[in-house]
Amino acid sequence: MSKNTKPKYLSLSGLEPLVVTPDSNFINVGERTNVTGSRKFLRLIKEEKFDEALDVARDQVEGGAQIIDVNMDEGMLDGAEAMVKFLNLIASEPDIARVPIMIDSSKWDIIEAGLQVVQGKSIVNSISLKEGEEAFVHHAKLVKRYGAAMVVMAFDENGQADSYQRRIDICKRSYDILVDKVGFPPQDIIFDPNIFPVATGMEEHRLNALDFFNATKWIRENLPYANVSGGVSNVSFSFRGNNVVREAINSAFLYHAIKHGLNIGIVNPTMLEVYDEIPKDLLEHVEDVLFNRKEDATERLLDFAETVKGDKKVDAAKVLEWRSYELQDRITHALVKGVDAFIIEDVEQARQESKRPIEVIEGHLMIGMNVVGDLFGSGKMFLPQVVKSARVMKKAVAYLQPFIEAEKDGKQEFAGKILMATVKGDVHDIGKNIVSVVLGCNNYEIVDLGVMVPPEKIIERAKAENVDVIGLSGLITPSLDEMVYLSKEMERQKFTIPLLIGGATTSRAHSAVKIAPNYTHAVVHVHDASRAVTVVGNLLNADNKVYKEQIREEYDKFREQFLKRGKKKNFVTIEDARKRKFKIDWKTSEIVKPNKLGVQVIQDFDLKKLEEFIDWSPFFRSWDLHGKYPDILKDEVVGEQAKELFADAKELLKRVFDEKLLGAKAIFGLFPANTVNDDDVEIYDENGKTKVTFLTLRQQLDKREGVPNFALADFIAPKDSGIEDYMGCFCVSTGFGTAELAKQFEADHDDYNSIMIKALADRLAEAFAEYLHKEIRTHYWGYDSNETLSNEDLIKETYKGVRPAPGYPACPDHLEKKTIWKLLNVKEEIGVEITDSLAMWPAASVSGYYFANKEAKYFGLGKITQDQLVDYAKRRGISNEEAEKWLSPTLAD
Amino acid sequence: MSNIYKAIQQRILVLDGAMGTMLQRYNFSEADFRGERFKDYPSPLKGNNDLLSLTQPQAIADTHRKYFEAGADIVETNTFSGTTIAMADYNMQDLVYELNFESAKIAKQVAEEVTKQNPDKPRFVAGSIGPTNRTASLSPDVNRPEYRAVTFEDLRKAYKQQTEALLDGGVDMLLVETIFDTLNAKAALFAIDQVQEERGIKVPIMVSGTITDASGRTLSGQTVEAFLLSISHIPLLSVGFNCALGADQLQPYLQRLSNETEFFTSAHPNAGLPNAFGEYDQTAKQMQDLIEGYLKANIINIIGGCCGTTPEHIKLIAEVAAKYKPRQVVVGA
Repeated sequence: MSKNTKPKYLSLSGLEPLVVTPDSNFINVGERTNVTGSRKFLRLIKEEKFDEALDVARDQVEGGAQIIDVNMDEGMLDGAEAMVKFLNLIASEPDIARVPIMIDSSKWDIIEAGLQVVQGKSIVNSISLKEGEEAFVHHAKLVKRYGAAMVVMAFDENGQADSYQRRIDICKRSYDILVDKVGFPPQDIIFDPNIFPVATGMEEHRLNALDFFNATKWIRENLPYANVSGGVSNVSFSFRGNNVVREAINSAFLYHAIKHGLNIGIVNPTMLEVYDEIPKDLLEHVEDVLFNRKEDATERLLDFAETVKGDKKVDAAKVLEWRSYELQDRITHALVKGVDAFIIEDVEQARQESKRPIEVIEGHLMIGMNVVGDLFGSGKMFLPQVVKSARVMKKAVAYLQPFIEAEKDGKQEFAGKILMATVKGDVHDIGKNIVSVVLGCNNYEIVDLGVMVPPEKIIERAKAENVDVIGLSGLITPSLDEMVYLSKEMERQKFTIPLLIGGATTSRAHSAVKIAPNYTHAVVHVHDASRAVTVVGNLLNADNKVYKEQIREEYDKFREQFLKRGKKKNFVTIEDARKRKFKIDWKTSEIVKPNKLGVQVIQDFDLKKLEEFIDWSPFFRSWDLHGKYPDILKDEVVGEQAKELFADAKELLKRVFDEKLLGAKAIFGLFPANTVNDDDVEIYDENGKTKVTFLTLRQQLDKREGVPNFALADFIAPKDSGIEDYMGCFCVSTGFGTAELAKQFEADHDDYNSIMIKALADRLAEAFAEYLHKEIRTHYWGYDSNETLSNEDLIKETYKGVRPAPGYPACPDHLEKKTIWKLLNVKEEIGVEITDSLAMWPAASVSGYYFANKEAKYFGLGKITQDQLVDYAKRRGISNEEAEKWLSPTLAD
Repeated sequence: MSNIYKAIQQRILVLDGAMGTMLQRYNFSEADFRGERFKDYPSPLKGNNDLLSLTQPQAIADTHRKYFEAGADIVETNTFSGTTIAMADYNMQDLVYELNFESAKIAKQVAEEVTKQNPDKPRFVAGSIGPTNRTASLSPDVNRPEYRAVTFEDLRKAYKQQTEALLDGGVDMLLVETIFDTLNAKAALFAIDQVQEERGIKVPIMVSGTITDASGRTLSGQTVEAFLLSISHIPLLSVGFNCALGADQLQPYLQRLSNETEFFTSAHPNAGLPNAFGEYDQTAKQMQDLIEGYLKANIINIIGGCCGTTPEHIKLIAEVAAKYKPRQVVVGA
């Protein structure tokens, strides 16, 4: 038989084939269906708007993407589930499914879930030697068995390759392992040799582009049949804000990378200038940088960039330039930029030029605020900026107020009157205040009743003030019931005005299923502050009938779907769940006796020590800026804003430290303890007498064989084992003084800092809890005295032992706080109280338990069924109804 | 087992024809299907052809023998529905191992007998692995496009069990056939590859897809080339098409497949398209002429028949196949 030969090309498929030959043009991978790269796509997935998410995919394919990258790596998503659902949906859209899929995740389980639902030959993005050769080989074998190609990152045990030599060394090593050891087809390997930003000003980045080009060339010449890919826009990262230069860099880089052998790439087509249309002088500067042709190439490009488009670089001359604008433009500028230095001066001039002082508000200021509203509405301004605008606005209004009052009937015309309140038992108000500010900016009059507002007061004030809308907020789960109660009261008292629901614990599902059915009129869940203005605008519009009906219809439909959504989760009985408990081998398990048993108190803690323990990501989230710190500071969309916010936060934080603006206290106790009756933990005094009993809840979801049903009690040795074990609990607070400070800021019309101080106090409390836990591990309890972990590791919770908090996933039962309070005497010792709804006051407080066993881990309880509820009520000594009230969000339907 | 590689390079190999068509001729009653062993089985069993390997083993052995006598080199085991997933229809999931094991044994025994009579022409047994009655990449519910009635993992487990039982029963190769959803086939290949690794063996694997209609695509929407790319990651003995179409309708797709693949090719088309009564009435002679078209185009290495074909069809196909040289394979550089 004669052996003809056939060349080896990377060949992929969706419903149709894609073969990458040397004659193929550069293969363009669509990157908009990626939650880490597209805020819009993330939002659509989070809101389960899958139809629109599919449109994003379809637009890309129609726009010429030959492969689509799908990524669901986001903390708030069940990545594997979202991946499977989206890929399944794509499979039923032939116009999308015709192209191959790039399954993109940093988590292997998400990649594998994706591989199990695509019939075509897809690309895995990515695997690497990062976790060592064994994991690399294992994953590569599976990728091969699933029939996919894959992206291999130039990454090894020592980190990401950042030089020419490291790039080719790692790629060569990866290639040899894959081809020789795994038998992976070389044409199915796509190397990603890391595209890094150029012109950063850092000496070690000078060769970033050149090294990439040369490594690409080397790979294509020395690793037969392998392909090279990369994420292109990263190269121009340091020129964010200057799109002319960015697009020129992207395009010149791509042009040369392709010449050096790049044949696949993730490119945002809107961020690409046509190479030939880059002005010659700009191109020369850019290429000087890419090829490191001149010693001062970066400086020259930076200078040149200023002349091309210095839109973000405001020089000193420009700062003052706006002062020469017309009056209205100055006021608008001050509002948009949040500059309050000249506002009084400008408003005074406006007052003198107007017939009546009220006209300044209704005219000059509202014109400016409308610009702010439009920019915010179209995503060109972000929440912290709007809050700063509001600060300027408030100052201006406060200045005008005496003049207005001096006139008869000089009353401001508002677009509507909104009552805002955090419900009874809840003390969290950052979100509520942001919404108030945003609405205030849009000319709504806000009646803010503050926190812990009883329902009777909300009803009474709503009537007395004749408000147009009621907005309720809450963060802890019992607040949901308060909202339900209030909706029933509004119905009973024949209210007709709309009810807005917001806050971290609320959801569209809860609003649609539990609240909307109680109230005949509009109930709207407001997902984030940016939506509030549109929602209220629509609700108060003269012909709002259609909108209200739409909302009602949408919620009815959503509720129907939600209730019948066939997510038939199976549960096991509590007895069976107990049989499947997590079993620690107590005979061999290491138990360390705490260095000192009993309760200890820390008064007047120095907050400065906490700075390095702060987890900043949630701070940005509280301002509706989404992304991980520190990456968020470089984020393409919100980076600039995040940086500014971060600078302001640091400034206030410095004041907090220097002027000791906030008080911090902590209390904790370590005790002998044993588990009894599977789920309860008894805490003993020095004589072995039971002081209190903690009740834990056990997972009841029917799981795969061999996977345990966890309860926190599993982490403590059972009494009948005869082994003495230990457990701890704690409460920390950094909230002393927060409320007073916030009030001061408010009195100064500075909502921005009023919100800021609360957000910071929350972060400090979490940091304090982290700090104390570390001290416990290494010192007070001392079970892990050799621990050395960075802050990043702490946030990732890589330490031994856990500190779960009542009200959070492992133990949603808020009633446990009462037990902690009793055991430690928290209120008397450090002054942190718990409200009727079991929220802590001051709000910036954290309480929880300590489990030291190295097998202890965080888990989510999930839903429990009626049998456990009844059993729990009995153990707690309360009625079934009361138990149900506290645990209702945790009960399976 | 290397015999098959020798044989396939020397001549065009002939696969058998339909098992179901032959069994219909016996007109087995419910009682015949049940036999002594399942006379009290709670659910109806008529139509469960795979079960006949246990209750009417003689009929199965006779059918295999008739195909060998007609000139077939390879017969398929009577295990088209031999997975826990397909057997759920009869509530017979627990019998799956035994069904496959016994079916393989019956076929292998006949093959050995016939080979002994003429050692120059060794005969082979292919373990038939059907598509099951569920699709992993299509939703059965139009209102819930994201829903799937079966998962990859369900399929992988079921196929793994079938593969192990067939190999234990002595098959020479495996035939993953009538693939209307490529994802099902990928699960089968995944399972087979696992068994190969666990047992340290290499099994010749045949893969045969189904082009459902004149659109030229599989039921799950893939073109010939996309289908081929999706199943080529595991080394195969052959790739081809079967069922749904007659020999003439299938030829253009086989041509495209033959152009693209580095594996040997196979085809076992139906005896034409069914008539108004659902019967296949293409004669053996008609089919022979159409198959000669494949041979002239030099696009085939293994040829046989699917629905409606009989030993008579296979006899004429074997006669004409013997006159032509097998297709040459283009191998990767």
